[in-house]
Amino acid sequence: MSGALSLARRAGIVLALPAALIALWWVTSAGSDSFYFPPLATILHTFVTLWLSPDAIPNVVPSLIRFAVGYFAAGLIGIAVGIPVGASRKLRQTLEPVLEFLRAVPPPVLVPVLILFAGIGDEMKILVIVFGCVWPVLLNTVAGVRALDEVLEDVVRCYRIGRMARLWHFVLPGASPQIFTGLRQSLSVGIILMVVSEMFAASNGIGFALVQYQRTFAIPEMWSGIILLGLIGIALSLVFRAAEAWLLAWYHGLRRTQRAN
Amino acid sequence: MAAEATIAPAKIGAKIGAGIGAPARPGAPPKSGARTGVPAWLRGLSGLIGFALILEIVPRIGLVSPHYLPPFSAIMVALFRELMSATFWTAFADTMRAWALGLVISLAAGTVIGIVIGSSNLLRTLTYSTIEFLRPIPSVALIPLAVLLFGTQLESTLILVVYAAFWQVLIQVLYGVHDVDPVARETARSYGLGTFAQVRYLIWPTMLPYLMTGVRLAAAVALILAITSEIAIDTEGLGREISQTEAGGAVAIMYAYVIVTGIVGVIVNLGARALERRVLFWHPSMRLDAGSGR
Repeated sequence: MSGALSLARRAGIVLALPAALIALWWVTSAGSDSFYFPPLATILHTFVTLWLSPDAIPNVVPSLIRFAVGYFAAGLIGIAVGIPVGASRKLRQTLEPVLEFLRAVPPPVLVPVLILFAGIGDEMKILVIVFGCVWPVLLNTVAGVRALDEVLEDVVRCYRIGRMARLWHFVLPGASPQIFTGLRQSLSVGIILMVVSEMFAASNGIGFALVQYQRTFAIPEMWSGIILLGLIGIALSLVFRAAEAWLLAWYHGLRRTQRAN
Repeated sequence: MAAEATIAPAKIGAKIGAGIGAPARPGAPPKSGARTGVPAWLRGLSGLIGFALILEIVPRIGLVSPHYLPPFSAIMVALFRELMSATFWTAFADTMRAWALGLVISLAAGTVIGIVIGSSNLLRTLTYSTIEFLRPIPSVALIPLAVLLFGTQLESTLILVVYAAFWQVLIQVLYGVHDVDPVARETARSYGLGTFAQVRYLIWPTMLPYLMTGVRLAAAVALILAITSEIAIDTEGLGREISQTEAGGAVAIMYAYVIVTGIVGVIVNLGARALERRVLFWHPSMRLDAGSGR
């Protein structure tokens, strides 16, 4: 009984402010005849007809596929290169300035650069996402491998644990909290690049549609696109958090017990 | 070095060093390779030279068409020629102004709002879901709105920069305020410290390391979004020069600008880290760092 009550209270606390804000938007924009700020009711109606229908597939699906391919490729490359670099002091010292430089290049400048190489097709957009997302993963993997427990490292060496077992049971799990930090940073970079690459040059995709609506002054459609991108951002971060909670459950548990002591 | 730069939000240097429960042992001998006498900076320099050589050789032997990637020397020539031109410095100043303004606005707003929300349990629980909901919205989603409202003016860039950088600061400040030692808080209350004195002597010092992490993250994000806006909206600045030189076929100049944005990014990162060390010289995390000689 009290459990259900406290659940209702928690839901109330979580939902109170968002509900109030949406209600405020709804009420203040209800009679709006401002061209740029149409009533929320109109926007939501447009959202349903525009994005919750089969017509949305040609724009939404290519965007998400390009994002997924680029993001996973960047993750794999970042981890695969980061482990040897993190494990070798010489390699790390040699590559550090170059990596620091490449990481500091704002990823969207790669859009014009990669158009030269790959045109304006899917390859360009995937490459842009890969190039932008790889650095946070790579540098965090390096940091994670570098910070591996030295005592455990000695134990692994003493027991002459083989290369693959060492990688799979010691290096990867040990570095994984840091790797996930990198993957989380890459997630927002990847969404930015997905949208920007489509805004700059594309024939489909959410970013492309958004720019079209803005250029043709289709204002409710444009607002609905903004809401869609927001929802995609939120959905991806929720998926990421669930994946992290599942894969790093052991780590968070460890931290909790450490803190409890 | 790279390690400190890529730390998760919500955590400060000292805690990350612990990684997976292995506290850094001050004075512990460095890992393998310490015996070889080559200093780190020399290895780094050789890495940079090697990178430049690859960029020089790859187009020269025809692995990549020089129309797409001119040799490194050609890019350098174009860069020095640009450095003499007024166009470059105007674009540079435009980018840096948008970056600095956006960063200052986000810092001020994030710090004030963070302290207000963070100091009240009620406000914190009430706003938590809204903040978590608004934060992951990609700021590039606001591009069409910014264009409609402000066209290619500075304000368009500022909207994107502030939206992206503000959350970085706010989240850090919220964690920082939350981290205030309960005993210190009770002590302050017993001694009758006023609101201002509490913020100044209790909250501020606790929060500062978190805030500096926020500054570092926000500075990098603000630069990315400033350049993004110049590329996607065509506001004045380095990003616009890149997209225009690409469209005009001046490839060497385009690469020169790309290199400039990278150098600006490195300077912003290094500057933020130097600032952090300076401001937090008294903090245990920095003193531990210095003591362990890393």
